[in-house]
Amino acid sequence: MSSGLKTFAASVAVTAALALGLGGAMAAETPKKGGVLKFVVPDEPPSFDGHRETTFALIHPIAPFYSLLAKVNPENSSDPTDIICDLCTEMPKATDGGKTFTFKLRQGVTFEDGSPLDAKDVKATFDKIIFPAEGVSSARKAYFVMVDSVEAPDASTVVFKLKYPSSAFIPALAMPFNFIYDDAKLAQDMHWYEKNVLGSGPFQKFERQAGAFIKGTASPNYYEKGKPYLDGIEAIFAKKESLRVQAIRGDRAAIEFRGFPPQSRDDLVKALGKDITVQESDWNCVLLITPNHRKKPFDDVRVRRALTLAVDRWGGSEYLSKIAIVKTVGGIAFPKHPLAATKAELEQLAGYWPDLAKSREEAKKLLKEAGIPDGFKFTLNNRAVDQPYKIVGTWLIDQWKQIGLAVDQQVQPTGPFYDTLRKKQDFDVSIDFNCQSIVNPLLDVSKFISAERSGSQYGGYEDAEVDKLFDAMNQTDDTAEQRKLMRRMEQIVLDEKALGFITMWWYRIIPHRSYVKGWNVSPSHYLNQDLANVWLDQ
Amino acid sequence: MHQYIVKRILLMIPTLFGAAVLVFFLMRMIPGDVCELRLAGTGSTFDPQALTLCQEELGLDEPMFVQFASWVGGFFVGDLGTSMWTNQPIVSEIALRFQVSLQIALMATVVSIVISIPMGIISAVKRNTWADYAVRAFSIAGIAMPSFWLGILIILGLLVTSQAWYGVPWMPPITYVPIWEDWKVNLSMLIWPALATGYRYSAVATRMTRSAMLEVLREDYVRTARAKGLIEKVIVNRHALKNALLPVVTVIGIEFAFLMGGLVVTEQVFNLNGLGKLFVESVSNHDYTMTQSLVMLVALIFVVTNFIVDLFYAWLDPRIRYS
Amino acid sequence: MATSELPANMPTNARTHRTAWQVFTRMARRQPLGVAGGFIVLLMIIMAVFADYIAPHDPTAMNYSAFAVAPGAEYWLGTDPLGRDVFSRIVYGARTALFVGFVSALIGGGAGLVLGVGSAYFGGLVDLIFQRVMDIFMSFPLIIMALAMVAIFGTGTDKVIVAITIPFVPRCARVVRSSALAVREMPYVDAARSIGYSHSRIILRHMVPNVMAPFLIMITAFVGQAILLEASLSYLGLGVQEPTPAWGLMLQGGAELYAESAPWIAVFPGLAITLAVFGFNLFGDAVRDTLDPRLRSQ
Repeated sequence: MSSGLKTFAASVAVTAALALGLGGAMAAETPKKGGVLKFVVPDEPPSFDGHRETTFALIHPIAPFYSLLAKVNPENSSDPTDIICDLCTEMPKATDGGKTFTFKLRQGVTFEDGSPLDAKDVKATFDKIIFPAEGVSSARKAYFVMVDSVEAPDASTVVFKLKYPSSAFIPALAMPFNFIYDDAKLAQDMHWYEKNVLGSGPFQKFERQAGAFIKGTASPNYYEKGKPYLDGIEAIFAKKESLRVQAIRGDRAAIEFRGFPPQSRDDLVKALGKDITVQESDWNCVLLITPNHRKKPFDDVRVRRALTLAVDRWGGSEYLSKIAIVKTVGGIAFPKHPLAATKAELEQLAGYWPDLAKSREEAKKLLKEAGIPDGFKFTLNNRAVDQPYKIVGTWLIDQWKQIGLAVDQQVQPTGPFYDTLRKKQDFDVSIDFNCQSIVNPLLDVSKFISAERSGSQYGGYEDAEVDKLFDAMNQTDDTAEQRKLMRRMEQIVLDEKALGFITMWWYRIIPHRSYVKGWNVSPSHYLNQDLANVWLDQ
Repeated sequence: MHQYIVKRILLMIPTLFGAAVLVFFLMRMIPGDVCELRLAGTGSTFDPQALTLCQEELGLDEPMFVQFASWVGGFFVGDLGTSMWTNQPIVSEIALRFQVSLQIALMATVVSIVISIPMGIISAVKRNTWADYAVRAFSIAGIAMPSFWLGILIILGLLVTSQAWYGVPWMPPITYVPIWEDWKVNLSMLIWPALATGYRYSAVATRMTRSAMLEVLREDYVRTARAKGLIEKVIVNRHALKNALLPVVTVIGIEFAFLMGGLVVTEQVFNLNGLGKLFVESVSNHDYTMTQSLVMLVALIFVVTNFIVDLFYAWLDPRIRYS
Repeated sequence: MATSELPANMPTNARTHRTAWQVFTRMARRQPLGVAGGFIVLLMIIMAVFADYIAPHDPTAMNYSAFAVAPGAEYWLGTDPLGRDVFSRIVYGARTALFVGFVSALIGGGAGLVLGVGSAYFGGLVDLIFQRVMDIFMSFPLIIMALAMVAIFGTGTDKVIVAITIPFVPRCARVVRSSALAVREMPYVDAARSIGYSHSRIILRHMVPNVMAPFLIMITAFVGQAILLEASLSYLGLGVQEPTPAWGLMLQGGAELYAESAPWIAVFPGLAITLAVFGFNLFGDAVRDTLDPRLRSQ
């Protein structure tokens, strides 16, 4: 069979599987109880404290043990704006001109050890996250800059007061890392949760074997009656991607929640047919091209524009989506979000023009103007991870070859890679990435504001205009206004000043055993992971 | 002899201390640190204060020599400290992995003996015949194959053949169960890497058996035995093999020590939760304390094995003791 | 491995030429495996040197309409997931493999030779300290040492060579030292010393030529090991980097995922590595058998 035919056959199979998967969900089968869900996780979490860590390797094994105040809707997980209550009873409407949110809590919720969960616990949790005491580490403090105070007027009420109205608040609140902790434990020792797991989630009896697995058992006291459906969960750590794929194939695990490359999907479907169900989604992760503004000739806007003009994003999307976990062409905001640019809007931007030849001509012209000779050499700094970093990096090098640039690739393990971006700052152009949990474009684009303020913008530029736009869109709850500001910011960053670039957004492909039901793919591998709704059809 | 033993033990100290110094500074020469990796490595925005705080908590802000002194000091009171990555006590993190690595090393050694000794003998006895060439080509092919490539082929082979024969793809278990809890699961997981590794390491032992046998076969007493008209099989089994075994045992012993910490790539391929995998992870996580302890463990195994081998030779050859 | 017969077999410079020729002819006659190995090695060298003429395609050119195409008339060994010709990459990969292999074996072996002979010659405290230092390096697992080196120096062909070379030094030094210890006791070394020759002259003129046998054995073994080590580092994602054609790199990442549906991507580079290392090992064994008198029959 020729490769073209093969790809076609595989894609038919996938479409069929997709239809089956969706059909299954729509038919609303009655969930069966029982069974242990085994899933593979690429890494082991460093500590167990969600408030201080940033990795999905913590979310996958640990999230099932905890509850959140609010979460994405597990039944409608593909919609990034559908946020529902977990511990609260109803999503509140803002009062006080958009500055006050009052949450009512469920009654009778207990932690695993039997102690009741009330407003004091929620307040203690968010105080730890938003206003960490001296010596306490909170990774996502910056997402709550709009919060002025958290109050617990009575046992079942929590009030958040904001400094200004902001649409970024509710998504920030629903971030999957905001596990609700017991205030008594926190009062005892703020670091207690780093080494212990004690929550009010669907699973309990945390058990760990270093480097091998984390196990949990269904909680009999979970507040959603009848859930969880599973008897237990087992997160198995397996670093190698090919081994994780094989584990699904050999049924040593039923699912992996991060995402597999397209080829693995096709292989699994081919080998297992209807025993595999594929769920796919746009992914709130993106690879960036970061030119180093501190270094010649990348301080020259013409050179930077040429870099982006050379890249064939529309064509690349088609090629790369066959071999890598990237697909969607987009701007600075997550493509499926209301704040994202439409295709027509994108096509106005440098590097997104529909006419590739014209774009590359322009790039060559700009290079010439900037005095860059043909065959100019520079090094692309990249991370030693195959999917999708090295593939996209290698592809970019080929793209730049088309406008006469000779680019080398320097690939580094994650540690030294970050050291180059953050401390050494001696790279020419680097791959960088932005990968967020909840889709919250208003804050996610902080990757592009001035280095001074962003903390994660490694190009090393300062730009007051971008900062102003960023602040303005964060301090309003008028969506139309936000959209306007976002477009302007996008235009400055990607085109006019060519500050930094988007390559392509990632694409999440989850081929799993068909007996896994009740789990729906979401735009982030951090989301929808408490597994309360998951059941096994066996 | 006593004096020799004491001298040898004293000589271990500078080696171990040197390894400690080397790993301590080597790790700190790698750009980046554990905190940066933890917070920035996942690509999401994070609070810069969290970074400083993390470094303070782990004592990374202290001067190097203070860090070194407290680490080495801890060693003397038997306190290996906690892993910088997981915050768990290092002793408990290593214990389980040690068990896995030990079992693999033992099994691989057995496989390697089973392959190498008969092959080495055949090769020596049938020297310069096609049988000799075939054995040597087979054993060298083992060492020439990249271990991960062999591993991939094994797993894929199992999946494909099991599906073809039974209709259901089968692969080895991916989580470790101790052999006394469920020997079937345990063996069905570990036999494959043991075979791959054992085959690989049989090459050196085969060559050693061959050359040792060749040498012994030339010795006077073997010639005498031959002259007495004893049949070749008896000569080989009774007279030659016994004397040829000593160097072979030594080689196998040294390899065993190597296997304990050196199966880095194989453990990745088969998802074995052993010391090699922990080694790679701790180096790439910049987990200084863990890497340091692992290096010391491997260095200790190395030094002790060498010590035993040397003692063995000293016992065999008195000249060594006095030199 | 120390043996008193060595100097007798490789006596002085004057007779080296004839001996070398004899060594070669004896090998060809007595070591068919070694000759086969030598033939493979030669093939690799030809491939590396004449890569520009042998390879039908540019090894880095991507063909976006030919992903993972099966072997055929256009692409003899198929294409990889980025649409590059596997055969051309293997041919150019030989260049990388041999470059990494020879350079790290020669530098590592050379440094080991100097250190080993020096240590044996000076003896006493120098030797004691030197041996401890070598022990320290030896007690590190080879791949971990290489891993740390790559993490420190970065990736790329030149850095990988450094990473591979360093662990070779103590291994070679140790073997050379034990041979050199025996040579040191030879009367002609004593004689040279008593005449008042300088240390460097005695080391270079009298001792080094006499430990050439174990040195050559080590070097041939190192080339094969270096090729494998480079492949292993690449497999861990830390070796030579894209788009440089290198065998280990070809086996990494994509190749594994495609192992079943497009086996040519993983099988051919794997075979190339195996064959090359196999060749060097056979050749090395033959060198060993020829040079090491204990193994010489009769």
